[in-house]
Amino acid sequence: MFEYEFMRQAVLAILIITPLFGLLGTMIVNRKMAFFSDALGHSALTGIAVGVVCGVTDTNLTMVVFAIVFALLLNFISSKSGASTDTVISVFSSGSVAVGLAILSKGGNFSKYSNLLVGDILSITQKEILFLFILFLVTVVFFCTCFNWLNAAGIHRTLAKSRQIPVRLIENLFAVFVALVVTLSIRWVGILIINALLILPAAAGRNLSENMREYHFFSILFSLFSGLAGLFTSYYTNVATGPMIVIFATYLYFGTYLYKIKGV
Amino acid sequence: MKKIIKPCGLHCIKVNHLGVCLGGQTILEDINLHIHCGSINAIIGKNGAGKSTLVRAILGDIPHSGEIAFKDIENGRIRKLKIGYVPQSMNIEKDTPLSVYDLIASYQYRFPVFLKKSRKIETEIIKALEVFEAEDLIDKQVCNLSGGQFQRVLLAMAVMDEPNLLLLDEAVSGVDQTGMELFYRTMEYLKQNFDLAIILISHDLDYVVKYADKVILLDKTILKEGSAKEVFAGEEFQKVFGAEELPAYISRGKQEKTSIPKIGRR
Repeated sequence: MFEYEFMRQAVLAILIITPLFGLLGTMIVNRKMAFFSDALGHSALTGIAVGVVCGVTDTNLTMVVFAIVFALLLNFISSKSGASTDTVISVFSSGSVAVGLAILSKGGNFSKYSNLLVGDILSITQKEILFLFILFLVTVVFFCTCFNWLNAAGIHRTLAKSRQIPVRLIENLFAVFVALVVTLSIRWVGILIINALLILPAAAGRNLSENMREYHFFSILFSLFSGLAGLFTSYYTNVATGPMIVIFATYLYFGTYLYKIKGV
Repeated sequence: MKKIIKPCGLHCIKVNHLGVCLGGQTILEDINLHIHCGSINAIIGKNGAGKSTLVRAILGDIPHSGEIAFKDIENGRIRKLKIGYVPQSMNIEKDTPLSVYDLIASYQYRFPVFLKKSRKIETEIIKALEVFEAEDLIDKQVCNLSGGQFQRVLLAMAVMDEPNLLLLDEAVSGVDQTGMELFYRTMEYLKQNFDLAIILISHDLDYVVKYADKVILLDKTILKEGSAKEVFAGEEFQKVFGAEELPAYISRGKQEKTSIPKIGRR
């Protein structure tokens, strides 16, 4: 299968995207941001709609910008409002999805965008892989320099603040990274399943780990494994790649879950 | 870490006219405090009197009016106040993959804990934990620690930074009677062996009497402060806690106490 150019590209893309998802996923799960990242995925639709309305040719750009603004706005509002974060996110997420759908479906044209829902990793180009790789490097640098702060702020905000940790800055930066990673990979993974790919490997890793090192190791390993296994299976069974990857990740989750309850 | 510094009694922390207003509601007003290093200061008061708010204001976690100054009397310099904070509780879910090493290293160091364990950091953390006889816990998962163990870990972390002020927000909740005695003995030990002042919120008036150098009775503002005897004898204290709820040692005079009541906890 490697005789095909698109397969080589897809493998390369998987090798970049999945470790990235495994890495970010750990903190998304620990900080209970699963719903937040889901909302960001959905906001991609609105971002594209905004691009269409403004007549921008590269809707990727509006999508990324919109997601970043959306993420920062959500962070800001949840810190100000007394309502539960879940409710706030839900309100904004459904509102923005509705606006996006309304605009994109105008004139019965939505089918043009429906491939966004499932995603298609086989259509990725070299230039896009390069972008993803740069994003990967930047995220790794962010994690290596700021991980402890992010972790500390997630455990107890006041305690982190008392240690002069720039809690708000770090939370916003993390939200921006999640927004970037989600929107830049959404065309390949698909809106409907992107969150599963963020959450499942980390959740499976959590079943097996006692400390942060094991947690990240397993999360990245599971993510990478389900990515490659999903891609190869989809090649031979002619099923969309994204869902196949998620099916593998789900297997891993239940496998580790059974292992955990048996072990206890 | 285990270096013994005699508290010099020369620095002090001054809180001047501190007030907190949240959502249009005055929670604290005109708080004036003078805290010396080498002393245990207990804040007491009913639920909702603003005890935790005062702690958070001192930490700088919520906006407040007035000022908090740290003075080094010896040469009159004003230095930055370093606070070691021990929160009331931490919600760490079951199965969180977070070891004691991860917890302390995350707050204390920059080297990313998810990458690898640093030998150097590990040795330093073990040293800090040894002060509280908790060095065996370093690889334990935080969510599996008992209340007392977790408290010792948090204390080790708070003291590690060599703070001038140790701030404890009802840090004894969820600890049994023996644990409580141990906790206050530890406070006594810290007071004697480290160069710091201690402010703690407490519900356990019997321990406050036994260990606190200064008691601060709080209800929106400071109603009374002074030694435990002075505060407990004052009419403000009676008003807040009510005579029938007096701690056993007062109602029973100088008899040997048999049980230790807790006041104000619901």
